[in-house]
Amino acid sequence: MIRVKPDERVRVSLVVNGRWLFGHAEPRMLLSDFLRHELKLFGTHVGCEHGVCGACTVEIDGRATRSCLRYAVQCDGATIRTVEGLAVGDTLTPLQAAFNRHHALQCGFCTAGILMSTTAFLAENPKPTEAEVRDMLSGHICRCTGYEQIVSAIMDVAHGGG
Amino acid sequence: MTEPARKWIGAAVPRMEDAALLTGNARFIDDLEPVAGIRHAAILRASHPHARIRRIDLEKARAHPGVIGVVAAAEVTALIGPIPSAVRAAMAYYPIAVDKVRYVGEPVAVVVAIDRYVAEDALELIEVDYEPLSAVVDPEAAAGADAALLHEAHKSNLAQSRTFHYGDPDGAFAAADAVFKAHCRYPRYSSTPMETYGLVAHFERAPDRYTVWSNFQGPFILHALMCGSLKIQGNRLRLITAPHSGGSFGIKQALYPYIVLMAAVSRLVGAPVKWIEDRLEHLMGSSAAADRAGSVEGAFTRDGILTGLRFHNLVNVGAYVRAPEPASVYRMHASSNGCYKVRNIFIQNDLVVTNKCPVGLNRGYGGPQFYFALERLMEIAARGLGLDIVEIRRRNMLEKSQFPYISPGGSHYDSGDYLAGLDETLRLADYEALKRRRDEARAAGRLYGIGIAAGIEPSGSNMAYVTLAQTVEERAKAGAKSGALGVATISIDPSGAVTVRTASTPAGQGHQTVAAQVVADALGLRPQDITVVSEIDTLTSAWSLASGNYANRFASIVITAISQAAERVADKLKAIAADELEVAPEDVELADGTARVVGVPEKAMPVRRVATSTHWNPAGLPQGIAPGIYESVVMSPEMLGSPDEEDRVASSVTYGYVCDLVAIDIDPATGRVTVDKYVSVHDVGNELNPLIVAGQVHGGFAHGIGGAMLEELVYDADGNFQSGTFADYLCPTAPELPKLTVGRVRTPSPTNPLGSKGMGDGSSMLTPAALANAVADAVGSDEVELPLTLNRVWDIAHGRRHERAGAPRARIGAGPQAAAKPGGLVGEGTVELAAPPAQVWALLLDPKTLASIVPGCERLDLVGPDRFVAAVTIGVAAIKGSYQAEIAIADKREPASMRMIGKAAGALGHGAGEGRVRLEPTATGGTRLSYSYSANVGGKVAAVGQRMLGTVARVLIAQFFKGLERRIEPEATAEKRSMWRRLFGGGDA
Ligand code: FES
Ligand code: FES
Repeated sequence: MIRVKPDERVRVSLVVNGRWLFGHAEPRMLLSDFLRHELKLFGTHVGCEHGVCGACTVEIDGRATRSCLRYAVQCDGATIRTVEGLAVGDTLTPLQAAFNRHHALQCGFCTAGILMSTTAFLAENPKPTEAEVRDMLSGHICRCTGYEQIVSAIMDVAHGGG
Repeated sequence: MTEPARKWIGAAVPRMEDAALLTGNARFIDDLEPVAGIRHAAILRASHPHARIRRIDLEKARAHPGVIGVVAAAEVTALIGPIPSAVRAAMAYYPIAVDKVRYVGEPVAVVVAIDRYVAEDALELIEVDYEPLSAVVDPEAAAGADAALLHEAHKSNLAQSRTFHYGDPDGAFAAADAVFKAHCRYPRYSSTPMETYGLVAHFERAPDRYTVWSNFQGPFILHALMCGSLKIQGNRLRLITAPHSGGSFGIKQALYPYIVLMAAVSRLVGAPVKWIEDRLEHLMGSSAAADRAGSVEGAFTRDGILTGLRFHNLVNVGAYVRAPEPASVYRMHASSNGCYKVRNIFIQNDLVVTNKCPVGLNRGYGGPQFYFALERLMEIAARGLGLDIVEIRRRNMLEKSQFPYISPGGSHYDSGDYLAGLDETLRLADYEALKRRRDEARAAGRLYGIGIAAGIEPSGSNMAYVTLAQTVEERAKAGAKSGALGVATISIDPSGAVTVRTASTPAGQGHQTVAAQVVADALGLRPQDITVVSEIDTLTSAWSLASGNYANRFASIVITAISQAAERVADKLKAIAADELEVAPEDVELADGTARVVGVPEKAMPVRRVATSTHWNPAGLPQGIAPGIYESVVMSPEMLGSPDEEDRVASSVTYGYVCDLVAIDIDPATGRVTVDKYVSVHDVGNELNPLIVAGQVHGGFAHGIGGAMLEELVYDADGNFQSGTFADYLCPTAPELPKLTVGRVRTPSPTNPLGSKGMGDGSSMLTPAALANAVADAVGSDEVELPLTLNRVWDIAHGRRHERAGAPRARIGAGPQAAAKPGGLVGEGTVELAAPPAQVWALLLDPKTLASIVPGCERLDLVGPDRFVAAVTIGVAAIKGSYQAEIAIADKREPASMRMIGKAAGALGHGAGEGRVRLEPTATGGTRLSYSYSANVGGKVAAVGQRMLGTVARVLIAQFFKGLERRIEPEATAEKRSMWRRLFGGGDA
């Protein structure tokens, strides 16, 4: 990790969605702000900045992490995946496609965070029970859907045909 | 004319909006840089619930590097006037505090800087000298004679009182066999969309014009009010909505004062200004559904027929009557009979102002509060009359044969089959089996209850219902108002591409997909052939007062405008094709991308070719057909007239129906409510897209559960706001939502060609009432208030009256407590000290000692007899701040007892409290010191640190006494410490 003085802006370099990118940040700049306003990756959303709502979740070095609880300078050299890094070209991931089929999103503001958490979750637990899915989702607030169609989309991807 | 084949309408078409949202490609307001040179605003907000502003010093903030400008009320009010209101009361409302602050979170000053971080730094440099005033938050207390007065010019906190009579309510009550009453207190909560408010405001010269990009949801009737405040004509305020909005549920209506404020700020600082609200700002300073108090009485025959109703609604509108309030209490007004036959109704609506944030639109708008009253009453009456909760409703619900039905208040109920909906609910719930389960559970000593709530879902609001807040004379003077304009434009460009514009500003409701389905059917195309633009640009798109996204208006009004525009386009295409195909226009149908002769499918031409010919070859068009395809429809459902002289008004276009039944089990040990069964049956007329309908039903239910069980914007009795994070304001998460069984009945609406009804509020209106009814049934008490938190349910179950929101949270130890106002901190404790009382006494009054043992103390001075001032730095969770404290000692009885009265204030908050200290000698020559304290804390620390305050207080007190111990017995303590170190090898933890 780099050492910086409080009001010094430093260069932060990281691998985002497979590309080396860099930007500049004061020590207090949140990773969420850095991704959005320095790197212009607006797909990651901010719903609370208190670490509660999960909207800002990204993958850092393979783990789903709330980007509002990290400082950009802490992530120098890290490998990050954001929602922009899920689909390949026009091809949605099976999870994204299931979200569309099941109407698992309405305003879509919470969706990026939920997709990132769920992607990491399913990688570790490919055949979860509904209770496990709901428990994983408890780290996210969605105000639109009531979660029902999110749960069915995830169960569909995990178990097929559901 | 042939009826278009309905291939797409009604199909579960996955949304076209999703691809952008799923891939991070969709753009929301904070993602936009619509103009070059944007600067960033941060708002200084009132930390006091009620205070006079003696002085504001902006100079230090202005001098801070990176700051572009700082403005407060003086600058802003030189440019704008108050925002107009439908209620005539001397309660001027500006989007920034003028002379006084009246709620925690009210804007006081705005800093504009090169970035948001710098703007927030500069906020801390603004000095405001407040003279705190006593505050009032409870609507009943606010109406009292001795309540603190918010608006001196109005001389009362009662902003308005109106009464209404429909039928003969007095006669009904006089003739009643039985009268039942429900007292209803309804809490304040909010749908808190995941995306907060955001805007970019830009003032330009020549012509002078404000352009504001934002996630405002409408209604655009507020555009006129914004222009009134900015003192400009309509086309000098250009509002543009962002392509996507992260949820709204009504809440983003109240963005409009910030549009006015930031428009003015942009002009004052000479730069385009971006302001993105943070979550704390949103929770304390945006908007909410109004909390209410009051009651409803019902006159019944002994057979359970409801013959009369008397509503007394006491509405807490917050610190100002901010337009469109008091609409929340008039939204259900013309339907105050709910789904019942009762025709004699008396209504008294009292609006009070209190030191809380002003209220506004929120999912269900007035519905949850209304149904909480009416549906609680029905169950209280059922129990009182010895009737089943189903039976009492069955005897009173409107019957299918009565539709269309004009309610006593003037609503035109379009269609319905309420008894079929009730029966379907009972069937899905297996009501008889649930009653058996209840019997078994009760026999086993458990608390099990069943509750129902049923009602109508009015959709597509008549803009004029708000004017019921005015008297007949006031309305006549102001000029008649009526209607709800729906606007839609369909064009086909020279390439043959179809574009629909709806001005409906959705926030996740899938308007684009549904509009495409409707137009696809009308034009014989596929939804993917059609592009729908739902944003508004008030300078370039067609719109009107009612435009926007609220009151379930899409499937009740906008869809009619879209259908009519599509029909006009279809008629034109058919006329051109008929000419080409040499048949009559009636013989042409549009299907499978072609215009073809009915019954002769090989006689066809592509729709695209027909359409493009209007651009490429206008000379070849048949007589009387204009070139190009551009059809705009502006319509208003004809039944939406002005309120009449008897205060009757057709306030909505379509009337859906919702019937909820819930069975619950309460754990008496914890107060936890577990839902055993939840059934919700909806009539939304013809479903336009079942996927989207299901999404709205589940979403509305989640809001209902949140309101019933978890959510409350909590203020303490002094008006300090206490739920400033999502850890304090609890929204339901996936594991907290019970399984919902959804059922349907279908009575197509005759008010539009598709037979659809507005929907979306749904169970958000009924679930709170249904759950309260179930809990009342389980515990056998009608003293049920929301939200049904563990504490509250436990108290009801054990027959204790729960103190209102803001009840003392941190209790330490047992025994008598110092009195704290509700919502404050209280605590007490005892420590044993090695020195005799006289020595302890001296130490406690010695400034040097105090300076060294008060935690975080940077300076402490004696400023008078028994009066100290101190500078301390204290951290509560992540918020560390400096405070100036004043402490006075009173009631000294040396060396036995004293009282300490203190207050502290800093940039992050303020507090006041008092403590009692008692010293008693012990047998071993030491002192037993016992203390108790109470304190109330306000400002940011209270809003975001509420959960931690009790613990922080305990930790600080422990540190204080540890320090005192060290001063008393340095040797003994040192010895003890080394002993600890020997034993555990660590420091003193
Ligand atoms: S924005 Fe990070 S958890 Fe809410
Ligand atoms: S889809 Fe709107 S918050 Fe989840």
